[in-house]
Parts: sequence; C-alpha cells; structure tokens
Amino acid sequence: MPASVTQCFGSVGTCASASVPLVYPLRSILLRKFRMPPHSAAPVLPGSASAASGSTDAAYSVEFASVGRSFPSERGASRTVLRDVSITVKPGEVLAILGTSGCGKSTLLRIAGGLDSASAGRVLIDGSPVVGFDSRTAVGFQEPRLLPWRSITENVALGLPRGTSKSDGAARVARLIDLVGLGDFAGHRPREISGGMAQRASLARALARNPGVLLLDEPFGALDALTRLKMQDLLLDVHAAAPTTVLLVTHDVDEALQLADRIILLGRQSGVDGSTIAQEVVVPGARPRDRGSAELAELRGRLLDGLGIDRHGQARGVESTTAIPHFPY
Amino acid sequence: MSSNDNLTTNERVQASAGGYPGLPVAVDPRAEVAARSDAADRAADSAAGRVPLTRRSWFIIGGGALVPAIVLVVWQLVTTLELVPVSQLPSPVMVWDAAIDLIQRGQLGQYTAISTQRVLIGFSIGAVLGLLFGAVVGLSRLGDILLAPSLGAIRAVPSLAWVPLLIIWLKYGEESKITLIAIGAFFPVYTTVSAALRHVDRQLVEAGRAFGLNGARLFTTVQLPAVLPSVVSGLRLALAQAWLFLVAAELLGASMGLGFLLSDSQNNGRLDRIFLAIVLLALLGKLTDSLVGLFERWVNKRWS
Repeated sequence: MPASVTQCFGSVGTCASASVPLVYPLRSILLRKFRMPPHSAAPVLPGSASAASGSTDAAYSVEFASVGRSFPSERGASRTVLRDVSITVKPGEVLAILGTSGCGKSTLLRIAGGLDSASAGRVLIDGSPVVGFDSRTAVGFQEPRLLPWRSITENVALGLPRGTSKSDGAARVARLIDLVGLGDFAGHRPREISGGMAQRASLARALARNPGVLLLDEPFGALDALTRLKMQDLLLDVHAAAPTTVLLVTHDVDEALQLADRIILLGRQSGVDGSTIAQEVVVPGARPRDRGSAELAELRGRLLDGLGIDRHGQARGVESTTAIPHFPY
Repeated sequence: MSSNDNLTTNERVQASAGGYPGLPVAVDPRAEVAARSDAADRAADSAAGRVPLTRRSWFIIGGGALVPAIVLVVWQLVTTLELVPVSQLPSPVMVWDAAIDLIQRGQLGQYTAISTQRVLIGFSIGAVLGLLFGAVVGLSRLGDILLAPSLGAIRAVPSLAWVPLLIIWLKYGEESKITLIAIGAFFPVYTTVSAALRHVDRQLVEAGRAFGLNGARLFTTVQLPAVLPSVVSGLRLALAQAWLFLVAAELLGASMGLGFLLSDSQNNGRLDRIFLAIVLLALLGKLTDSLVGLFERWVNKRWS
C-alpha cells in the first residue's frame, strides 16, 4: 500500500484531497470527445453542453447539515427515518451511501435532489439550499423510468437542460447514447430492449442534464451481477470524463468500494429512532480499483459487519492483519 | 428459451471478440432482444400460407357479415311465406322501396345529414368538456374534492329527464338537441379521463418532474400520452352514447332527423320507415364506431 494513502487515514479532513484524484486517464477517444474541460486547448465540439446552454461543467459541493426526516404515521405519531445526518461532499467526490433496506438512504438522496424535503436541518448544494426538484441535480432512479411511448433517443433528450438548442441537444444525446453503448438501439422503444439497456438509457438521460450533482439511487440494483459490474465500469468512465459530484445509494458493499472515494454507512443505534451515519470509510487507492484487493476485502468485512452481516473470519481462525485504522479515526 | 440464452452468449462472445472500437467495455448490444417483437410479426407474414383461418381478412369480414345475411334471408322468407302479416313486419323489399321513396323526396339524405351533424357537434362539445373536467378532476386534488361529487350526481340523472327542461329553456331548435347529446358524450370521456389521470404511474411523473417538467409541459409530455389510450376508449364510448341521446332528443321534439322519422312513422303507421330508420341508425353508429376504432388501434400502437 502506498504510504501516502496509509497516512491519510490519520484524519478525515486532510485525507480527502489525496483520496479524490482529480486527473484520470481518459480511457477512450470517445470519452475525450464527450466532454472537455472548459480551459482545454482542444476545439470545442459543436453541441458540447458548455457551449450549448451556457451551463458549466462545474461539480458542486453538497452539504448535509443535521438533516432529519420523519414521516407521519397512523394515530398521529410520527416515524423518524433519519436523524442528524451531517456530512460535506466535496465537488467531484463520489460518495457511496450504504445501509440496510429501510434505513433511509434513498430518503437522504431524495432530499438532496429536492424530491423530498427534510423535516430537520437542511441541504446546501454549492452553498445554497436545495429547492424542489433542483435543476443542479440529476437523478438516476432504481428503475429505468423511461417513457414507454418515446424512443431511447427521445427519452435521453428529456434530460437535456432547458434552453438547449435542437441541434446541440441532438448531438449531445447521440454522443451519450453511444457512450452507454446503445447506438444501435437509439430508435427503439423501451419495451423493445433489455432491462440492463433500459437502465443504461436512464443513466444517459441523467447525464444529459450535465448535472453538478449526480444522484444515483441503487441504479444497478435490479441488474444481473455481470451487467452490474460492467455498468460500474461505465460509470467510472463517465465520471473520469466529466468529474461531477456523485452521490450513490447502494446496498452492495463491493459496488461502494469499487466506485466511491468515501463511504458512509447509515445505521440505527439501539433504542434511538432514525438512522444516522454509523461509519465513515475513506476508500484507499485510485480508481479503477483491483476487484481482488486484500485491502478492500478487509474494508468489505468491516462494512458488512456494520450492516449486521457476520463475516465469519475470526471463526475460521483467520487472523485479521491490516493497517487500516478503525472508525472513528 | 434456452436456445435464446445460447444465442445471447454467442453474440456476447462475438461482440467482445469483434470489438466495438471506441466503445467502453460495458457494451454488449443484444440485438436479439430488440428483434424479438419484430421477429414475431415477420414470422406471421412469411408463413402466410399457414395463417390461421381466424386471422385472414376475408374470413373476418365474411364472418362478420354472416349473421346480418342470415337475418335478411330469414326476414325475407318470413314475409314471402306470410308467416307474419306485412302490416306487422314489412318485407326487406318494402323497406328498400321506402328508402328509395324518401331519397326521391330528398328527405332521407337531409334527415341523415342533420342527425349526423347533431351527433358530431354534440359529441365534439361533450368530449372537449369531458376532457377539460376530467383533466381538472384527475390532476388536482382540490378539483376532485369540489367537482367530483356534483358531476357524479349529474351523471346519475337519466338522459330523458333532461328533455323537458331543455325544451323549455332552449325551445325546439338545434341547441336543445345538441346540448342533450353533449351531456351524453360528456360523461364517458370525463369518467375515463379523470380515472386514468389519477392512475398515471407516479414514478414516471416524478421522473418527469425531476427532469424539470412541470405544469403544462409535464401534462403534455408525461400525463397526456400516458392516458391517451384511455381517452380514446372514452371517446369511443362517448360516440355510442351520442347516438343514443340523439334519438332521445329527436323522438321528443324535432321536425327533421332519423329520430323524427321514427316518431313520425309511428304516428302514420309506416313500419317500413321505422325499420329503415333503425337500420340506418345501426349502420351509421357502426360506421362511426369503426372509424374511432381504427384511430384507437393507431393510438394504442403509438402511445403504449
């Protein structure tokens, strides 16, 4: 393990800069075409979002300040789902939100996107409060949620920001569809393609928005295991080409370890209603990460433990040898 | 199923071996998935020799015409054998003659035209209002609370109950008849549209909102297309209802139209003309219904 990464665990605050590599190798010509940094010397392609709509490729910070959410239930009582969630996500960072089902991770994401509102605390994006259906965010839902009467192209175009000119929008949509590998299916209807393809179209629609914050709610949860791994790599490619801030809700520990700079684990303390951040893990190493890394295996075990899953390690007499310190650091 | 799976694997292997230059690793277009629906159609076309009898158009049309033809033959037999006196049941030829007679007097064309005109105008007004009120009640909770109970009560009023009121208010002119037909056409559209809008997939609506749609744009982009098939089936019901209400209106106060032909012939004892009017109503109703049916098929294909 590189020494810098090990040291980095000493403090969460100083660590983040090391764990958010800002420069990724661009892995294909197509990706490079997909979006260039604004200061790039390369000619700006017609239809590139920054030229088209005046929107920048800026990634925004997201700050959760003591966010809580309770839902009214029968007999006038209320059920607290989240309490006191405070975390700051830096621009361009990928934050994975892990938790057991029903722990409120989707709720937290929906609050960040303005699809739901917090009952306590607040969420700031780029320093200003989230508004309803905030246009600085784009959501990739758990289900594809494509309009069945529209072709894939028309569905992806739905994500374009308002005011994108027709030709620019069309060029951008075509490029995104190629990026997610649906070039041959652009004219098809959602019911004519497979679930994995629909989910890729859904991701392209979210990307079409050129969001400052990309919110992904278990986007690959319904996919088969292999397609899921491919989709993870695709997401890494996309993020490498356009390093936006990503909040990724998942129940898949490996997915979180593969994709995220940082992982928060939402959990409930016994006796207290509502989940809050039970663990925070900075994932070592630059992406794409070795899926077989022993270091990640240690973290996986720890996170699974936090999710209430027995790792069976000690029981078999396997000694845990790791330099990774335990939370809180 | 298993052969499909094999195909998938093979194509995946080919895809990764052949390589899709410039595309990321995640790419494996599954052509057979998209082709599957087309393949079913093609199979039906290519094997034209083995299309089941019930799928052939000549059989469908001929089969539909079979029962009317039998009825016509039996009708003719019953009257030629004088099993029933012609004063009770005129023969098909007499009905035909009555039609020729009325055409020569220039009345049949006029009656048919005025009845069709009333149906189309009344249906259009009723359908547009039904769409508007259906949209308000289906989309807005407040609209639902304020309007739905009253409209439900008005709907419960039998059609004939309106006739005396409409005749006093609007006299015997076109307005009273068109209003009655509009009332008849309103409710099927209103009911189907409001119910369908309430059941539009919430997830799709939320996705639409999340991508910046709201108000009229959300309605035209997500909600309206989602309910179009229901709207068209509502329109089809409304058209049938419009013909029903047309006859009610014309029976009770008109000087022209097929309903007037019915009541006038009843007073004169012209059974042949009564039969003629009934047959014409059947033909016109079926014709307009078929036209909307074609539209419905197109909508269902395009918008679902």
